[in-house]
Amino acid sequence: MSTAKTGSATTETARMRPAKRRRENQGRLAFWLLLPASVAVFGVIVYPILRTLLISFFEVTSVLAVDTPFVGFANYLSALSDSGFWSAMGRTLYFTLTSTALELVLGLGLASLLSAPLKFRWLFRAVVVLPWAVPTIVSAAMWKGIFNAEYGALNAVLFQFGLIDSYHAWLGDPALALNMVILADVWKTTPLVAFFLLAGLSSIPKELYEAARLDRAGWVRIFRSIVLPLLVPSIAIVVVLRTVEAFKVFDIVYGMTRGGPANGTQTIAYYTYVTAFSDQNYGVGSALSYLIVVVILLLSAVYLRTLRRSGMSAL
Amino acid sequence: MGINSKRVKKAGAVAASMMVGALALSGCSVTGAGTTEGAKGDGTGTVNALFMKQAGYSEDDVAKMIAEFEAQNPEITVEPTFVSYEALHDKIVTAAPAGTYDVFLTDVIWPAEFASKGVALDLTDRIPESWKDDVLGGALDTGKYQDKYYGVPLFPSTKLFYYNTELVESVGATEADLQTWDGVLDVAAKIKEQENIEFPLAWSWSQAEALICDYAQLLGSFGGEFTDADGNLAINSPEGVETLQWMMDSMESGLTNPASTTFLEDDVTKSLAQGQTAFALNWESTLRDLDDPSISKVVGKVAVMQTPAGPSGDRRGVNGSMAMSIGSQSKNQDAAWTFVEFMSSQENQEQYAASSMPNWKASYENAELTKSNPAVFKAAGQQFDDMIARPVMESYNSVSQTIQVELQNALLGKKTAQEALDDAVAAANKG
Repeated sequence: MSTAKTGSATTETARMRPAKRRRENQGRLAFWLLLPASVAVFGVIVYPILRTLLISFFEVTSVLAVDTPFVGFANYLSALSDSGFWSAMGRTLYFTLTSTALELVLGLGLASLLSAPLKFRWLFRAVVVLPWAVPTIVSAAMWKGIFNAEYGALNAVLFQFGLIDSYHAWLGDPALALNMVILADVWKTTPLVAFFLLAGLSSIPKELYEAARLDRAGWVRIFRSIVLPLLVPSIAIVVVLRTVEAFKVFDIVYGMTRGGPANGTQTIAYYTYVTAFSDQNYGVGSALSYLIVVVILLLSAVYLRTLRRSGMSAL
Repeated sequence: MGINSKRVKKAGAVAASMMVGALALSGCSVTGAGTTEGAKGDGTGTVNALFMKQAGYSEDDVAKMIAEFEAQNPEITVEPTFVSYEALHDKIVTAAPAGTYDVFLTDVIWPAEFASKGVALDLTDRIPESWKDDVLGGALDTGKYQDKYYGVPLFPSTKLFYYNTELVESVGATEADLQTWDGVLDVAAKIKEQENIEFPLAWSWSQAEALICDYAQLLGSFGGEFTDADGNLAINSPEGVETLQWMMDSMESGLTNPASTTFLEDDVTKSLAQGQTAFALNWESTLRDLDDPSISKVVGKVAVMQTPAGPSGDRRGVNGSMAMSIGSQSKNQDAAWTFVEFMSSQENQEQYAASSMPNWKASYENAELTKSNPAVFKAAGQQFDDMIARPVMESYNSVSQTIQVELQNALLGKKTAQEALDDAVAAANKG
């Protein structure tokens, strides 16, 4: 942006008037070129966000409601005083922390493997990205099939290896089902994390490794003193990105368990969906979605602050 | 970009003020509703209809019905959309303001909500007086709420009792032994012991409406009701608790498949079709799938009968009928009505009697027709006489979810039957 400014400034001093006219023409052109995109952005992002904020202050109990009294913060209060909200929040927090941690650890391992000078590295890199390329709703249906109590592949594999003596209903117990959904999410998202970290790994200069090896550093030491510190910016990005995404988790729950059994996999986004669209309580639903935004902002702020304070972040 | 940043800012300001203006304009209703209204249309054109993917009459059948309708009404085109039952309610609701669907399927539990929230059109004036006599008792009430009709019946439906004849005979039992739930459990225990069947019973007890349907049918046989005289939820009655305790015991004793808490009706059908389950409740359309050699290993080996009696001696079936409603925002209501009328007509319904029961009294006296699907006609005919209804409530959907969760809490051993139902009643009657 700054180079464009200085560039135009020089031409301005040379031939002021024609340049100004040209600049205006250019500006007009840019405006028309940007218009479609901005209409789309305002139409499908900004406008709904503001509208949702507005609705969150009214009592709206029907999708076709005309009589919608203003209730101030009552929707927020009723959301916050509902025990269903807090248990959904708890489950979501567990989902977010566990899945992000697992994805980070597995992703780091995967990234190290993919950066190793192997034959057919291009092939491995292409294969690894496949789970990420599968639409979530498809992978949810797939995992639902794998975990099926009657004919699921997981039961068959474990049974034939003699690891279990009878078939389990993997999605039949609330806590177990939540962990199984996390597993499915980790399978899908680890490649993304791995690719972010792979980019970070490739930017570490080779000389550093050579120097460390000359100093007879072991691989643990190399990892701790070189890889990890230089990878912190990538990790920070991944953590923030994944936290936000995981906190909003909806489609994989919708596809696998629909929040069951006994609400065991009902995350906060799913709870919000049910409140708004199944129960037709749009006021509280809108309030809930703003509460989610607040929590995500808080989480991200805490992460970024911690990373910055550790003095290693480039953010 | 720096050159025209001012302009962009200006454009942003314009857009922002436009938005504020739009919000101010719609200030009278924050939902933006009420600005448009449905219209009758001229009785021609396109009718968009929302159906569900299901076990009974299939998508192919609907396509055939539509082809027949279009042949009779060349000026109307019907565009069907299919979603799973689990997605149907939310799809209807979210599409309502735009009037996307002129016609949609309504489950028997939704008219209260759709009527009070203005989603479905009042059809009372369009329904001929003669239907009150000609339509099967109760079927017309599927779309009824507070003396008005918001839907036209499309195939009445209830859950029947299916059993694997081979397994039952192998332990020396007959249909006579299965007339009560206690009898069913006795035979199930023998099958578990003597045959290589780990869990003779399977149910659709996942956290979904399917669980409520099974509970309702059992509750009926235990002599219970969902609500008290004032219309409040009252399933923590002794009968309600006894019903749930019976369900828990059948799991505890290893007769019910513990994976039932993850099953929908379709999973139960699959388990029956694989010969892994001896007994199950399922909709009357299931028999057709079980006799289809491409998906069933038990062709001709499954029999169907009226639901077994409980301690009360009652054999009530859950009312699971569907109706066809017209969207209040539809711009083509007359054409939609023509289509709905055709769909519910005796002539149309009788053609699909192999998979779905017609809702006309006369159909049940048509010997030729009942012969085409004798077992289901017999069992369903008996059961349609006495059905148990799920509660009629504007907020049925959230009440049902509360009950689902509490039933599962008990089935998964997190609460006792009494605790779970007390909690369900307290939560439902609070709101």
